[in-house]
Amino acid sequence: MTTPVIELRDVSRRYDDGPPALSDVSLTVGAGEAVAILGPSGSGKSTLLNLIAGLDRPDAGTVTVDGVRVDGLGEAGSARYRRARVGMVFQFFNLLDDLTVADNVVLPAQLAGMARGEAGKRAAELLDQLGIARHARAYPGRLSGGERQRVAVARALMNRPALLLADEPTGALDTASGEDVSALLTELNADGQTLVVVTHDLALARSCTRRTIQLVDGRIAGDVVAEPTR
Amino acid sequence: MSALGRVVRSGVARRRVQTVLIGLATTMAVTSSVLGGSLLEASTAPFDDAFAEQRGAHLSARFDPTKATAAQLSAPVAGVTATAGPFPVLTITPGDDGPGPRSPLTVVGRADPGGGPVDAVTLTEGAWADAPGEIVVSADGPYAHSPTGSGVGRELTLADGSTLTVVGLARSVSRTADGWVPPSWITTPDGHQVLYRLATADTAEQVEAGRAAIEAAVPEGALTGSQSWLVLKQTADRSIAVFVPFLVAFGILGLAMSLLVVGNVVAGAVGAGTRRIGILKALGFTPAQVVRAYMAQALIPATVGTAIGVVAGNLLAIPVLAETEDVYGAVTLTVSPWVNAVVVAGALVLVSVTAWGSASRAGRLRTVDAIAVGRTPRPGRGRWAARLTARLAVPRPISLGLARPFTRPVRAAAMVAAVLFGATAVTFAVGLASSLNQVQIARNHDLADVTIGVERPGTGGPGARPPGGRAPGGKADPDPVAVSAAIDAQARTRAHYRTTRTTVTVAGVTGSTKVVSFTGDATWDGYQMVAGRWFTAPGEAVAATPFLNATGTRVGDTVTLHDGDRSVTVRIVGDVFEMSNDGMVVLTDTATFAATSTDVSHYIAVQPGTDVTAYVESLNKALEPLDATAAPGGDDQASDTIILINSLTAVLTLMLVAVAAMGVLNTVLLDTRERVRDLGVHKALGMTPRQTVAMVLGSVVVVGVLGGAVGVPVGVALHQWVLPAMGESAGIGLPASAFAVHEPLRLVALGVGGLLIAIVGALPPATWAARTSTATALRTE
Repeated sequence: MTTPVIELRDVSRRYDDGPPALSDVSLTVGAGEAVAILGPSGSGKSTLLNLIAGLDRPDAGTVTVDGVRVDGLGEAGSARYRRARVGMVFQFFNLLDDLTVADNVVLPAQLAGMARGEAGKRAAELLDQLGIARHARAYPGRLSGGERQRVAVARALMNRPALLLADEPTGALDTASGEDVSALLTELNADGQTLVVVTHDLALARSCTRRTIQLVDGRIAGDVVAEPTR
Repeated sequence: MSALGRVVRSGVARRRVQTVLIGLATTMAVTSSVLGGSLLEASTAPFDDAFAEQRGAHLSARFDPTKATAAQLSAPVAGVTATAGPFPVLTITPGDDGPGPRSPLTVVGRADPGGGPVDAVTLTEGAWADAPGEIVVSADGPYAHSPTGSGVGRELTLADGSTLTVVGLARSVSRTADGWVPPSWITTPDGHQVLYRLATADTAEQVEAGRAAIEAAVPEGALTGSQSWLVLKQTADRSIAVFVPFLVAFGILGLAMSLLVVGNVVAGAVGAGTRRIGILKALGFTPAQVVRAYMAQALIPATVGTAIGVVAGNLLAIPVLAETEDVYGAVTLTVSPWVNAVVVAGALVLVSVTAWGSASRAGRLRTVDAIAVGRTPRPGRGRWAARLTARLAVPRPISLGLARPFTRPVRAAAMVAAVLFGATAVTFAVGLASSLNQVQIARNHDLADVTIGVERPGTGGPGARPPGGRAPGGKADPDPVAVSAAIDAQARTRAHYRTTRTTVTVAGVTGSTKVVSFTGDATWDGYQMVAGRWFTAPGEAVAATPFLNATGTRVGDTVTLHDGDRSVTVRIVGDVFEMSNDGMVVLTDTATFAATSTDVSHYIAVQPGTDVTAYVESLNKALEPLDATAAPGGDDQASDTIILINSLTAVLTLMLVAVAAMGVLNTVLLDTRERVRDLGVHKALGMTPRQTVAMVLGSVVVVGVLGGAVGVPVGVALHQWVLPAMGESAGIGLPASAFAVHEPLRLVALGVGGLLIAIVGALPPATWAARTSTATALRTE
């Protein structure tokens, strides 16, 4: 395995008095890997994603991403960690409706303090690369679902993150748009982007990742790496 | 518990912040209303109540006993409904029998306090004067006190060597006399006093018509002087009436802000609950039930807030009314039940109406719309502002915040209004405090570095002024000319003048008037003119507004001052701001009114850089043979009224600022909660807690700046409107320095104060936003 980008050791998380959302999960994802986290509702997929993204902290165990111990970070530290090392793509895009496409994309760079010119150049480059440059001055509400998810991907890649996390990225899209986004993620991974996709959609998992991790009741029930097609 | 009850209970409990805000806003509004209402009531009722109770005289008239007989004075006059008298009147001047100024007394011979139709004098202490040699003195006069406390038992020595023993204190709200003696004691009266109640006496014209009718009914020239009850009313209300416009201004501000905040909080609570209302309606709640539920959710905390506010207002009113009581006299002032009742009813009606308006609008929404509306603001608003602020060279979180008010213009306008009211209140209060300080400076005219023989309030009880600066244990009054020579001979003396106070009478005016005779130039010592100019030539004088009002004279008129057998006529060339002796004071040059009194004070200015303490020590050595003592100057004693107004200003301003900040807090909180998902997105993209706080605070910058920018000039305008009204109510003219208190730098600072109010109000929701879990925020619908 290549240098690990994600390393979870004996991670557990429980909400209030309920059953464990995650129980003794250990996991390693190498640089450039594309991994799909699969499982039914309540299996712990979102909890795992939140822990990797630094949105939540484990009750036990360690979470290390790109060399950073995420489980020990405070609020400000985890914010800086996210903007430097993680890009996130959500099921419902989570674009800010009152900002233009370009302003949405450039936002993570601005929060990180990147110079205005440099940030603008990078955003333009990404929009061009993802085929949505013509929408730069439009508002997200006027775009199709697929286009919005492309904008979300562009925003996630803005700060050149070591890791791209996608939470049901095709869950709110029609079939054609879903396939379009799937192809985009595959292409990004092919260019070396480490990718973790949380999904119910087995087809998406198969199309854009080679490794699938099956979660059941907060535990890893399967970790399968598909043979490369010849 | 019914379904409606459960909905109300959960609504109150779950929306804790809004519940608390409604309660707090109501508490503040009710507290300030109870306090303001009580003071307003106290400002007008005491004199009228006491006057009605004593059947006060609308007109007190004095007649020449050589020109009108008792029978002529007792004859019926058209328009007069009741009379008392004629009573013999005599002016006496007790000798230096102890502490206290030697003030002349107008004594009236009356066999009893009077249970008749006019002027039933109230005996406040002791007994009525029944035997010759006994006197009852006015409870408000200079002889009502002795070094041991009460003036009862005090011996007053008269010029002929006879004595009068004070056997009682009494108060006539009509101020018909300074003292009362048995009628038989006055054998050769100066005049006769008759007290009249008129059929109509509400205006000066009506009283004047009554006076004219009385004058016409007696032989020509018999009426030598008269006093209208309206003048007395103005004098009696002077100290307290100064509050009225001030409280009205604060009351209006408080009421408007309370309306705004309570309305905003209630409307916001309903607006934020639109989705919940949709769900309730989907479950089968009727629009009427929805309205009832949301009205109850507002009324529960409002009722608690009102109860707390009534208690707080009454508690706060106790010391304030006690102070007011002292200023006014021995009238017991309490918070009227009707004030409490009106305020409670008003507050609850206000909350009910506001809640009903908002809830009925929400109740009328179609269920599907109510559910669909959810919490997201209508997209599209304020995008121009977002584009504009994105170009600003400020950190992105701040520029994101700056654009926020434009997405919710109505809500932003409510915030601007709250800040505006707050900035107005602060500007008004600061201006008022500065003006009152200027009034205090003008009143004290205490620029002298060193003084000799100046009264120090609170040192030694009433009348403890050492005449002429006599040293303790001294036997004779120091020679003022010799003292002046010693001062002038003293090294580092820059300027010096002396005053001599003489008590005189003026025809038609009951009570004493002080004449202050000046030797030397006093214009450097802070005397400030309301109108006209300082006296410069013999025969000229300046007088204070109350004296001009009492005598009906104006700048340019002449007035005759009587000092025993001597009469001096002076021309008034200026209205000077002077509040000693209740403003019954005339200032002139020694050449105009040669002083006969030994009540002398010296005022000295030293050269710049002089050590005042060393100067005083050196001067006192020179004064030792003259039996006089110098002291450092600077009388910084503030009057009770000014201290009271300053305290009230501070309390009311703090309350208004708190209410303004609460208005901002509520609105920002609503906005932040509505946008919690966006907040989660920002945080997921790497926005730190500090950047989150900056973004939320940035959202009130425009509001704060705008509110401050408008509120400050409004506050200045309010100050410029209220201040003259205060002076007018108190019967005093105010010096120009009292108006010129708004320095540009201070105004800028006050404008920044508007921003501070907004920032303080937005800080709690900003902190909440920074602490909100990103994962939770992202999951929020």
